[in-house]
Amino acid sequence: MDLGPYLLLAILEGAVMASVLALTAVGLSLVFGVMRVVNIAHGEFFMLGAVLAWYVTQMVGGPPSLGFGVALVVAPLIVGAIAVAADMTVLKRLDYDPERTIVATIGLLYIIQQLTLMGYGPEARPVEPPFNTRLALPWFEVRDGALALYWPWGLSTTSYKLAVIGAGIAVLLGVWAMMARSQMGLVMRAVQADRDMALAFGIPVERVYAMVFGLGAALAALAAVLIVPISQAHYLMGADPLLLAFTVVIIGGLGSLPGTVVAAILIGLSDGIISVFFSPTLAKILATLLVALVLVFRPQGLFGVRSA
Amino acid sequence: MSERARVLALHGGLLVLLLALHFVLPPYHHGNLARIMVLASYAAGYNIVFGYTGLLSLGHALFFAAGMYAMGLSVPHIGTGTALLAGVAAGGIGAILLGLLALRTRGVAFMIVTLMFAQAGYLTILYFGAWTRGDEGFVIARASRMLWGLDLSDAAHRYLAALALFALVLGACLWMVRAPFGRSLIAIRENEPRAAMLGYDTFRLKLAAMAASGAISGAAGAAYALLFGYAGASFASVEYSILPLLWVLLGGAGTVLGPFIGTLFMFYLIDLSSGVTSAYMLIAGIALVLLTLFAPRGLMGTVRARLWRWLP
Repeated sequence: MDLGPYLLLAILEGAVMASVLALTAVGLSLVFGVMRVVNIAHGEFFMLGAVLAWYVTQMVGGPPSLGFGVALVVAPLIVGAIAVAADMTVLKRLDYDPERTIVATIGLLYIIQQLTLMGYGPEARPVEPPFNTRLALPWFEVRDGALALYWPWGLSTTSYKLAVIGAGIAVLLGVWAMMARSQMGLVMRAVQADRDMALAFGIPVERVYAMVFGLGAALAALAAVLIVPISQAHYLMGADPLLLAFTVVIIGGLGSLPGTVVAAILIGLSDGIISVFFSPTLAKILATLLVALVLVFRPQGLFGVRSA
Repeated sequence: MSERARVLALHGGLLVLLLALHFVLPPYHHGNLARIMVLASYAAGYNIVFGYTGLLSLGHALFFAAGMYAMGLSVPHIGTGTALLAGVAAGGIGAILLGLLALRTRGVAFMIVTLMFAQAGYLTILYFGAWTRGDEGFVIARASRMLWGLDLSDAAHRYLAALALFALVLGACLWMVRAPFGRSLIAIRENEPRAAMLGYDTFRLKLAAMAASGAISGAAGAAYALLFGYAGASFASVEYSILPLLWVLLGGAGTVLGPFIGTLFMFYLIDLSSGVTSAYMLIAGIALVLLTLFAPRGLMGTVRARLWRWLP
């Protein structure tokens, strides 16, 4: 293949990655923005989503699309409920103190991860995609002075991957509509802007916090359900999404949702492209250093205007 | 007894007790205690930054591993004594470089920057697998583990060497908290703007705290490689940044004895539970949550608040 088709393939893989990453990172960003809590256990909520998707598809049986459809609804709900419970039993009692909640969420990370190891085991298990048609993609070449389409060997994607990209966009639009247009979003933005003033106006801030923490975790779980037919469910799978989501949230500006989405697309695409052409470890090292330096020299993020 | 005499009696008494245990402990616990003393030295280094200066670092595995690899990689070429010093220097210099960048941020950002740099360090060790042997790690030859005529692969020598390191670190920490340097670090922890207003150069003091903490962590890493004859990438992973935090929180942040007490308890807790289940880090997770919820002062911090007000 020429460079062009290769690049298209890398961009498609990157877009799948970006879509999943955007959901995960928006969840993290929402929690940080509204609650000022850095949730180190976010990657474990992602992992729980994938593991629950496996359990649900095993229990439901029938055609793959039925089990997957149920998992798409049930897994985020369960994970969200777990997160709400964690918020009410742990984070609330710490008064959402930034440093103490970090230590507590590190503890939650190990609790969730190790309990999954005990219950689910160390194996990686696949989930069957609901539909998975192979789609060959055309590429163009200039033949006799005119553009002509042809189908290069190896240039293909699957209908499921395109559906993941679509689902990611749909959910992000839903989150945006909720934040910008609904009563619930208005309340969340009020709490984010000034917690004490919101409290003075009678907004039940603690209930909003619990809801935001649950919503953030549910978004991570949803992203994991979407990706699990492509990768696999494993108890250690939360570490990479956590670090990537951190990267995205920091580059996009801590707590800024539009910045987070832009950064997710940027990082998802570049990760897809870089790992096609370069060593993934080197790419990870450079990305990690870049993030740390952004945080030191531009704490508001590359796209943010507000200070964090 | 004067306060000074009490402090010396308590900490000196611990060292004498540890020396006495050398002669009575059965081999298994004797080996464990040697390991605990090295790890407690690492925790004591972490405590300078976290406990006394009030900076939550999640990147100390970088300094521990820097000491470990500087020692392990250089020992075949420059001899054991110099390699040990190279380990201390690597930890200290690494901490100064990271401090110069990370100390420009504060609070949550400081934690993320330290975490990210430590992660980059871990990945770098994996990337240069040809030299570091990555996750698999490498064994340090017995011939390289001779220091001043002592064979450190021998259990008795190893225990005494670990005790010497721990005594050195404990002494340094005791001196530090009573010296003006340590007092000014506590002032920064309690109220940084006020310390700055009183004329303290808080950036420089925090950088010095990082350097001291990194050098001690590097010394512990180098000693670990020297005494137990092994260096591996897992010692640079996030887990080894979180463990000293756990040990210090359990023992009591901002107390000289806390790191040792916390390491001792947590080591045996994890040791016991790993006999029952492979998910032994569950204990660490539960301990972290319970400590932050119910005992943020830790064991020695509670003893200081309730019993011995003079505890340094």
